[in-house]
Amino acid sequence: MDNLSAFDIIGPVMIGPSSSHTAGACRIGNLAKEIVDNKLKDIKIYFHGSFKETYRGHGTDKAIIGGLLGLKTDDSKIKNSFELAEEEGFSFEFFPVDLDDVHPNTMKLKIIDQDNIKTTIVASSIGGGNIIVTELNGTEVKLKGEYYTLITFHNDQPGLIAKISEILQIYNLNIAEMEVLRKQKGKQATAIINLDQKVEKNILQLLKDIPGIQSLKLVKPLV
Amino acid sequence: MEDFHKIEELIEIAEKNDISLAQVVINREIDLTEKSEKEVRDKMRYSLQVMRESIDKGLKEDVKSMSGLTGGDAKKIEKARKEGKNITGDLFSRILANTLAVSELNAAMGKIVACPTAGSCGILPGSLITVADENDFTEEEIIDALFVASGIGVVIAKQASVSGAAGGCQAECGSASSMTAAAITYLMGGSHEEVAAAAAIALKNLLGLVCDPVAGLVEVPCIKRNAAGSSNAVTAAEMALAGVKSVIPADEVIVAMKKVGDALPDSLKETSLAGLAATPTACKIKEELLQNFLTPVEMQKL
Repeated sequence: MDNLSAFDIIGPVMIGPSSSHTAGACRIGNLAKEIVDNKLKDIKIYFHGSFKETYRGHGTDKAIIGGLLGLKTDDSKIKNSFELAEEEGFSFEFFPVDLDDVHPNTMKLKIIDQDNIKTTIVASSIGGGNIIVTELNGTEVKLKGEYYTLITFHNDQPGLIAKISEILQIYNLNIAEMEVLRKQKGKQATAIINLDQKVEKNILQLLKDIPGIQSLKLVKPLV
Repeated sequence: MEDFHKIEELIEIAEKNDISLAQVVINREIDLTEKSEKEVRDKMRYSLQVMRESIDKGLKEDVKSMSGLTGGDAKKIEKARKEGKNITGDLFSRILANTLAVSELNAAMGKIVACPTAGSCGILPGSLITVADENDFTEEEIIDALFVASGIGVVIAKQASVSGAAGGCQAECGSASSMTAAAITYLMGGSHEEVAAAAAIALKNLLGLVCDPVAGLVEVPCIKRNAAGSSNAVTAAEMALAGVKSVIPADEVIVAMKKVGDALPDSLKETSLAGLAATPTACKIKEELLQNFLTPVEMQKL
């Protein structure tokens, strides 16, 4: 709270009507676009809770599509995002859903990109346009789009995290936050590493080459 | 960083350093963001520009919300004003029309500045800019007043909340009205004490206001409550500038607002389960909207 900016109070500049239902939905789209990082082909959007009941009145549907197109929360084109998506050549559909015990403003996205790679994202809009991705391809995550985030899918084995942090140290990349999750001992694990600095492609390749890393993704922060 | 957590502290910093209240808020922002004063002022200049555009658009364009429930009321007030069919004079009609214009534009997916929230975005521009233009203040002076408004908002957010879900409408329109009253009083040359009194009086008057949006949308009663918030803001500023004091100091009013918000049941904090949202008419509206809204497929179980 001490870091509350004057522009958190007067701001953000946004397309109305609701910071959580419109701006937040747009930011979920922005972050989903970053995560997929490829041309989109088909998207199914499942609205839960308050999103489900009010999505059309709040323009949540237009905002999420606008966000997936890369429009920012203050872009007047959000209102015409359906037409823009058509021009862009991706299809989309909305469904109501009941996602059990989640934040009232939650949606699930099933995205297929042009290479037919599927990505599933569960994200919540938690107030004031702030968002959190809580699930990525079935794995529990916490992504807020505040940092350069490395997401690894790796073998749960000793020394692997140390190897990652060694490379980050060499290139002077500071870890702001880090979380390691696994479903079962010795099987696949996920590390979510929030960094203060940008990760260049060559460093990303070094990280990918670590034995035991199955896959790795870098998600850029939202502006 | 010379930070403030209370309005009292904001005033103390200004007096200790012999600078304006606006400058205290600007200095804090410079320290916080490591940006130059020009950058910080320019960012507020952009907000002011968007605010002005939102007033213009809301007054001129054919504004209709996504639900079809609202839009066009700003034009009605403006028409009545131009025809001289108003009770309280030209300036007040302008304030109402400009406030409604921004709030209606928000409901119609227009571009606005949340201040402090989108649901309460009409009050600050609708009142402050209208009063400023009427009195020929410069852009820099309006920017200063906006920083004062945000300084008050920062204190409210720290000590209470500016979210309807957390504190009810008093936290949104109440906070916006309080910020606006302080900004207008500052702009019109009020003393530090008068600025604080204006903030206190405006917030006191809206204490207990519940958040009960019909069908969960930021439209009914939100848009008209923005008009009420503006009316309340100029009332409080007028009183403060005339030397009327607030018996309860601003900082204590803010804490009271927090406690009232905590005491409000969840049904009256943006959940649309009580208040106006639970009236027979509101229930009927909700039912009709839902029928039109949802994709006609069975509820998916994932």
